[in-house]
Amino acid sequence: MIQVAGRPRALLDVPMHYCPGCTHGIIHRLVAEAIDKFGIRERTIGVACVGCSVLAYDYFDVDFQQAAHGRAPAVATGIKRVLPDRVVFTYQGDGDLASIGAAEILHAAVRGERITVIFVNNGLYGMTGGQMAPTTLPGMKTTTTPGGRDVRVHGGPLRITEMLATLDGVAYAAREAVTSPARIHRARRAVEAAFRAQIEDRGLGIVELLSTCPVNWGLNPVDAIAWCEAHMVPAYPLGVMKDLPGRADAPKEMPRETAHANA
Amino acid sequence: MTRLLMKGNEALAEAAIRAGCRAYFGYPITPQNEVGEYMSHRLPEAHGVFLQAESEVAAINMVYGAAGAGVRVMTSTSSPGFSLMTEGLSYIIASRLPCLVVNVMRGGPGLGNIAPSQADYFQVTRAPGHGDAHGVVLAPSTVQEMVDMVGLAFTLAERYRLPAMIAADGILGQMMEPVTLPDPIEPPSPPAWATTGAVGGRHLISSIYLQPEELEAHVLGLMATYDEIRANEQRWEDYRTDDADLIVVAFGTVARIARSAVDRVRAEGLRAGLLRPITLWPFPTDAFARTPRRWLAVEMNSGMMVEDVRLATGGRAPVESYGRVGGVVPTLVEIAGIIQTIAAREGVPV
Repeated sequence: MIQVAGRPRALLDVPMHYCPGCTHGIIHRLVAEAIDKFGIRERTIGVACVGCSVLAYDYFDVDFQQAAHGRAPAVATGIKRVLPDRVVFTYQGDGDLASIGAAEILHAAVRGERITVIFVNNGLYGMTGGQMAPTTLPGMKTTTTPGGRDVRVHGGPLRITEMLATLDGVAYAAREAVTSPARIHRARRAVEAAFRAQIEDRGLGIVELLSTCPVNWGLNPVDAIAWCEAHMVPAYPLGVMKDLPGRADAPKEMPRETAHANA
Repeated sequence: MTRLLMKGNEALAEAAIRAGCRAYFGYPITPQNEVGEYMSHRLPEAHGVFLQAESEVAAINMVYGAAGAGVRVMTSTSSPGFSLMTEGLSYIIASRLPCLVVNVMRGGPGLGNIAPSQADYFQVTRAPGHGDAHGVVLAPSTVQEMVDMVGLAFTLAERYRLPAMIAADGILGQMMEPVTLPDPIEPPSPPAWATTGAVGGRHLISSIYLQPEELEAHVLGLMATYDEIRANEQRWEDYRTDDADLIVVAFGTVARIARSAVDRVRAEGLRAGLLRPITLWPFPTDAFARTPRRWLAVEMNSGMMVEDVRLATGGRAPVESYGRVGGVVPTLVEIAGIIQTIAAREGVPV
């Protein structure tokens, strides 16, 4: 008998604390599958963020460091720089990565840190009870935007992965959703590609995954999936934004002759 | 052993490399920039990692990551930058990670100025981070001590699995003195708890304990270590205190000036001495068992260490306080004058 499906080796067989209908569980599985696929479980170090996935280390059978809010890319930088032959990934929510940790992810990307970033976007702060995040959609009601997000007051949604994709240090950037088997299949390929960018020493790899938060969205799990498709996907276009074959930050030839000519 | 004329900041950086430090993460801020600049060329030569971070916030979190990976790691900063590092320091303390954080203090509050100061005394000794957070604090008073304390700091940090801090000031960072550098040592192997890969079991570096009883047990463990440090690591220097009626208490740069002031008033027949705390945390409480007629705390701040002096002396003798703030350094004549004034007020000898 050939086993065609099962629990990934890198995922521990323990109950998860996530709310019913939350898609963290799916995304955890995709990450664990990628770790298995590349055979890197014993040389991978994960960095957990602050938010619902703060306890992610309870679910992966790999080494982990738990970082301060938003600082996971800096912590990952510290690990990767002193252990360059290990595989280091961060697992961050949208409040963590796009708000309080905007500087840390931006500069990790600028430096082309050889890390993989799993960025889970559900459009609000889940763990603290559903407050507005930079990713909250216009008009979306949260506990701090009871009348809906007013872009004249709070600005509009931050599409940070597009921003990061413009940076030379980023080798791979993509956004996918985990709202259907087909989408999950695409997301799996994106997560693998984000790890491959690191393993092949090409640069920083980031995957943004549109996720659901049924509890804070005030929807049941099925309706939350539909809401994500109807509202999140149009606001956050899916697809691969960048996938460089070679090193993202390969030294560019200095225009020496031009410089001499001008001197 | 090599004897060289070196600037305090550079001597400290070289001493760190010789003590096995193999990673430095920092952000520019005066008056400690020479530490990072020196590391930027010397650490790669020693097969170490130098990285200029985007902020002190990022730098201290890089230190967290590298310390968790089991590497001897340090950062350096000055007062406003230390404020930013206190977030990460709390996590480092809570996660029991050894590292070295150097604070070359400057005038505050706010942006203040780049002149020497000791006004972060409370911050480094009372609250280097939120929560029940402490780390060893060493206060050098010479460039040689800047060198000697680096190796000690790493030793203590690793012995107790807590960060060690060196609280210097702008004078110590900037001035040049002859120093004897220690012979280089090889960095130690990563400890068993380090996140180097889940071979034979996984490793976790974390500071979250959701159940109050669990967190209490964790903090009680920290407190037991704090008690151990208080019992074992108090360091101070006595100078002409044996027969002293008045003992000046001063650390760092001020202690050097106070030492000369003691000599000056001694020449006039006043029995004064100097007690120099070398560890600011733990405060050398044991040194205050004696009871002179008067204590005088002199600091470059609004009067911070004097609170520890009062706690340590328990009201057994009067404690006076003198401080200059804003980056102003008290002079020898000034400190001698304070001693003379007290002596005149209280009647000779003191």
